Amino acid sequence: MRAQSTPRVLGAALVVAVMVVILSIRLNTFRDYQIAEIAIEVTAVAGLTVLTGLSGQISLGNGAFMAIGAYTTALITLHLGWPFIAVLVIAAAVTAVAGAVVGLAAARLHGPYLAGATLLVGVALPSVANAYPGTFGGDQGLNVVFTTPGFLGVNFPLTRWQAWVCSAVALVTLVLLANLSRSRVGRNWRAVRDNEVAAALAGVNVARTRILAFVVSATCAGMAGALLAIVTELVAPGAFTITLSIALLTAAVIGGLGTLPGALWGSLVIILVPTYATDVATSHGLSSSVASNIPVAAYGVVLILVMLIFPQGIQGGVRWALGLFGIPSAPARPAASVPDVTPRAGAAPASQHTVPARKGSPPESQEKEGTP
Amino acid sequence: MVEFLQFTLSGISFGMIYAAIALSLVLIWRGTRLLNFAQGGMAMFTTYVAIEVVHHTGSYWAGFAAALAAGVVLGAVAELAVIRPALGKPELNAVIITIGLLVLLEGLAGILYGGQFRSFPAAFSVIGLRAGSTPLGVSRFDVFVAGAVLATTLLLAIGFRYTSVGLRMRAAAFNATVARLSGIRVARVITLGWALAGLLGALAGVLVSPSTFLYPNSMDSIFVLGFTAAVIGGLDSPVGAVVGGLLLGVALSYAAGYLGSQGSDLTTVVALVILVVVLMFRPDGIFSGARVRRV
Repeated sequence: MRAQSTPRVLGAALVVAVMVVILSIRLNTFRDYQIAEIAIEVTAVAGLTVLTGLSGQISLGNGAFMAIGAYTTALITLHLGWPFIAVLVIAAAVTAVAGAVVGLAAARLHGPYLAGATLLVGVALPSVANAYPGTFGGDQGLNVVFTTPGFLGVNFPLTRWQAWVCSAVALVTLVLLANLSRSRVGRNWRAVRDNEVAAALAGVNVARTRILAFVVSATCAGMAGALLAIVTELVAPGAFTITLSIALLTAAVIGGLGTLPGALWGSLVIILVPTYATDVATSHGLSSSVASNIPVAAYGVVLILVMLIFPQGIQGGVRWALGLFGIPSAPARPAASVPDVTPRAGAAPASQHTVPARKGSPPESQEKEGTP
Repeated sequence: MVEFLQFTLSGISFGMIYAAIALSLVLIWRGTRLLNFAQGGMAMFTTYVAIEVVHHTGSYWAGFAAALAAGVVLGAVAELAVIRPALGKPELNAVIITIGLLVLLEGLAGILYGGQFRSFPAAFSVIGLRAGSTPLGVSRFDVFVAGAVLATTLLLAIGFRYTSVGLRMRAAAFNATVARLSGIRVARVITLGWALAGLLGALAGVLVSPSTFLYPNSMDSIFVLGFTAAVIGGLDSPVGAVVGGLLLGVALSYAAGYLGSQGSDLTTVVALVILVVVLMFRPDGIFSGARVRRV
């Protein structure tokens, strides 16, 4: 992630906030709902892009952290009736603890082993809700009631208020993450990602650094889950499937791994492409089984094409386009790739399998990045 | 004791299906260092091909053969069309492409065949076998499932060990650069690996569908458990894939059998516990070999 000065980050956040307010007032209820959906996705994806892009740890289980945040929100709202802001803080804290536990278990794992373990966390945790219907409402889930605050007047649409709350949380998260990634913590993450041995020799506590990344990422996902609970007003296991966890990683990579603007682009693709394709399909009067599956197929095609056309994600494409106009938006190095998915060739013994370099360029060549 | 035997035998039958998926993932991992998330989706799609063929010809075995052939073609085409262009780019790109492929296949299946649950015929009777008067908890078909996967695995093992193609595949997986310098066409070997993985996936799809029904997402949970089996066994080890699959199948069968309805809700939790325990002691799977990851 490139270094952004604090005023620039705050300025960008302010511009987006103003845009959200204007859009939410001008557009209809469904669009307000979509704004909220995108903001929720951005919150979760931003946390994951930091974990995977900066600290080099893959997670296919962040949907489980969203579930924890959502169920915490539902249970506290139902039983204690606390105000949302307090519930949000508690949901974040609870998922932070869960993130620490998973991070602790994951600290020794790498690549596909980490992917497998986190994937199973993502599948297993929501199924607990099914096993204990007394507490978690089973398949039916728990209902959450969320209302607009009194000072906005009785006629203020609920969806607009939801869009505002979600966007505010997303923007605050992005600003905090941008700060964090420029701080000592962010430098440690990159150092550990690029070379654990070198980082350890330089005095970085590798295990603690990796676990902290999991905590940050889980906290973001937990807040996203809390927001999801108040927007859908229902928390049920069906919302937290393997598809959700995979969609989060997909959004992070599609947008541009390790870049916060990329989290926004990726979330826009994930939310808007299926909706848009559904609109097109239904407007052509196709049969329902065809119309409901064309968006799915189109989404798959978009994923494949974006990855083939923009290897660095959409943010990589944006940088390239800005470069055409002579706007120096980024240093000329590629965005963060994830060295962790394969064992590193440089540190490997002679028997190490390596990815065949078909195009004549070893994939490892672009991984190294000078620690700032 | 009878219960224990029943749970063990039915666990072995399901475990062999996880083993087939795990083995297909291992084949691809050894060749491309890539997790193929589309493996379950490919198996689902080839099973639809089998259903169509069975429907038109009325012969189960024609459908069986068509599924395996479709698996080979689908695996090879997927590798050539979308995976090959992505190799050498950031590693996660190819993973996302396989996810895109999965989503595309599920969408296509929905468009072509609709989303409703379809039943798939079994090759043999699904009525439980008995030894004397005690039910064994498995049917003739379950025996066929275990036998088919075992036979395919053994054929592959023999092929890898005793044929020159197998030797080339092992060489390419061991060290692609050296293999290429010795005149092995590594790209072709990798395509072959994907084709074989497609075949194993198709086999798993045809074998599991009589007990799960077939719909566009029907292989998702089977894929997750197959992936878990591969991780438990160690992604570099074909033996590990089979052992991991059996271990998982039997353990989940005990959980579902002894813990009652809560046990079947908690299947994935049990799988997670097994995975965590195994990875705690062997971070690269049980059969990771002597290779040490230098941090």
